Amino acid sequence: MNKIPETHYLNAKKGIWSWLTTVDHKRIGILYLFSVMFFFFVGGMFALMLRLELLTPTEMYIDSDTYNQMFTLHGAIMIFLFIIPAIPAILGNFVLPIMIGAKDVAFPRLNLLSWYIYIVGALFAVFSLVSGGADTGWTFYTPYSTTTSTAVISIVLGAFILGFSSIFTGLNFIVTVHKLRSPGMTWFKMPLFVWGMYATALIQVLATPVLGITLVLLIIERLIGIGIFDPAMGGDPVLFQHFFWFYSHPAVYIMILPGMAIISELITAHSHKKIFGYKAVAYSSLGIAFASFIVWGHHMFTSGQSELAAMIFSFLTFFVAIPSGVKVFNWVATLYKSSISFSTPMLYTLSFLFLFSIGGLTGIFLGALPVDIHLHDTYFIVAHFHYVMVGGTVIAFLGGLHHWWPKMWGRMYNETLGKISCLLIFVGFNMTFFTQFIMGSQGMPRRYHLYVDAYRPFHAFSTYGSWVMAAGFFLMAYYLIHSLFKGKPAGNNPWGALTHEWSITSPPPEHNFEEIPITEHGPYDYDKIVAKSTLVEN
Amino acid sequence: MSEHTNTGHKEHILPLSLYLGIGSMLLVLTAVTVWVSFFDFGEFNLVVAMIIAASKASLVALFFMHLKYDNKLYAIIFVSSLLFLAVFIIITMFDTLRRDDVYIEKSGPIQKQSLMYDSLKTHSDSTTVVDSLQVKEDTTTVDLNK
Repeated sequence: MNKIPETHYLNAKKGIWSWLTTVDHKRIGILYLFSVMFFFFVGGMFALMLRLELLTPTEMYIDSDTYNQMFTLHGAIMIFLFIIPAIPAILGNFVLPIMIGAKDVAFPRLNLLSWYIYIVGALFAVFSLVSGGADTGWTFYTPYSTTTSTAVISIVLGAFILGFSSIFTGLNFIVTVHKLRSPGMTWFKMPLFVWGMYATALIQVLATPVLGITLVLLIIERLIGIGIFDPAMGGDPVLFQHFFWFYSHPAVYIMILPGMAIISELITAHSHKKIFGYKAVAYSSLGIAFASFIVWGHHMFTSGQSELAAMIFSFLTFFVAIPSGVKVFNWVATLYKSSISFSTPMLYTLSFLFLFSIGGLTGIFLGALPVDIHLHDTYFIVAHFHYVMVGGTVIAFLGGLHHWWPKMWGRMYNETLGKISCLLIFVGFNMTFFTQFIMGSQGMPRRYHLYVDAYRPFHAFSTYGSWVMAAGFFLMAYYLIHSLFKGKPAGNNPWGALTHEWSITSPPPEHNFEEIPITEHGPYDYDKIVAKSTLVEN
Repeated sequence: MSEHTNTGHKEHILPLSLYLGIGSMLLVLTAVTVWVSFFDFGEFNLVVAMIIAASKASLVALFFMHLKYDNKLYAIIFVSSLLFLAVFIIITMFDTLRRDDVYIEKSGPIQKQSLMYDSLKTHSDSTTVVDSLQVKEDTTTVDLNK
């Protein structure tokens, strides 16, 4: 029978002050877990309210101005406060140092600072929420964002501050991976999760400053009207979109790369087979990171940019499909003739493969210039990015959360409820968003509060789907919180996985390792070593 | 500094004469900047100015900031940051310089005092509107009435 060790990182120091001043990467991960999940809940509530309003073609219970503010806040909160920090700041912080055999990240205090900066940025976002909200959409396009009377400055300042939190995390991970790998942990013996995090960190450090510049320009433009984006003063509103997407397209990969990183880990651990094409998967992360910087203009096909630029961007966009395809095929090849256990993390992994493939392939539609002219700003776009962001990143995040949950807390959640909740989320998600592909291809524009009656069946079905998905999330919240108190002790290695974090106790001791571990085998040598699962089935 | 010992870097002390030499080269180049401003190279005005400015910046980075004697990694990172900026500016210029390839009115920033806005305001002279929205002659036009 498994037992929880007497002292571990959760109880080594006590009191709220020990949490607020901690420099332990694991505790900072937990701080992030609670703050990020809080905003996931807030953003999710906005989503449910929006879907409820869209149940009928006419105004149901919120007016159009409120509707505009709500989708803006849903987008801004989900992007800047949930999905960008979710995987690197929660799971990355928690497992990355342990995976490479380090006692902490390279700059522990900077790590804590990044959490405080996150909280300050979040307070700005909350302030704009209570002081009238913003109604620009999360992209803050000029000229509307420089002229609207809503609280644009506070939410933009919030996003600006959150950027620093992201940069600090990225910087920390780059230095940690370069400097703190344990003996024997060569670059090509690193778990693929670390490779994915490294590629993400590179983008965070390179691209986020550009967002900072853009948002500062926007604030200056609003405050003193210097005219960079104002055509009446010789400026160019399309330039704002160049600036914005030069960050925000790489930011899309800041969101998806960590998801892919988790999937590489989960698919091997739960199918007990060596990853197919380790180097290809590792390099494709860097390939995606590189390609992300030269395709931003595909968000601007209808913006009035030059036809030549549009053609170049359309052409370059297709290159993203190559490394993404490499990854998907390698994951599928890993599953071939493996010994798959249908645990909750594995179900999330399989969901990811389906949903991300749909999301990725519809991205090809949108990258094709002539098709995009028709589909731009319709629900097809909404469906596409929810398939990539939710079907890809969030599903991978949930899979990772379930995978490392027993390591975080030392206790198992209820696997049966876990599988039911995964199924509810999968079905509900497809009901909600696949409908939107059809609706969008038939011309339903995004961001509209009221719509013509012909789209009513689609909208209604999509709303019902959102309820199914919400049921899945609430069920998950229930059993995860329940497991903190009543869960069965999980043991060191509930999944029989081979990476370093499974060789130490659950929850880990305060300084991770008694002595620095020596890496003798690769992270996925399931063909050579059999690690027994400590999970007690009963 | 422990960082220095890690990378095998030794404290590098340059002779005062080198600093003074570089300093006076910077002063000379400043004089050159002023001198060339009296000539008109047409389109190449900016190019000439940028070449002089870039060589001054390189001198500062290489000698005053010790990039020449430091770990080569820093030089690589410094240069790639410049390349990174170049990617952004050059690809953006594929847009801003070629806006008028098909439609001439996309060529420049819209000015509120332009002819087009006047005519739209008064609705009096419809031909002006057509003129300003005219499609470039050398490109194929599509007749929407067909």
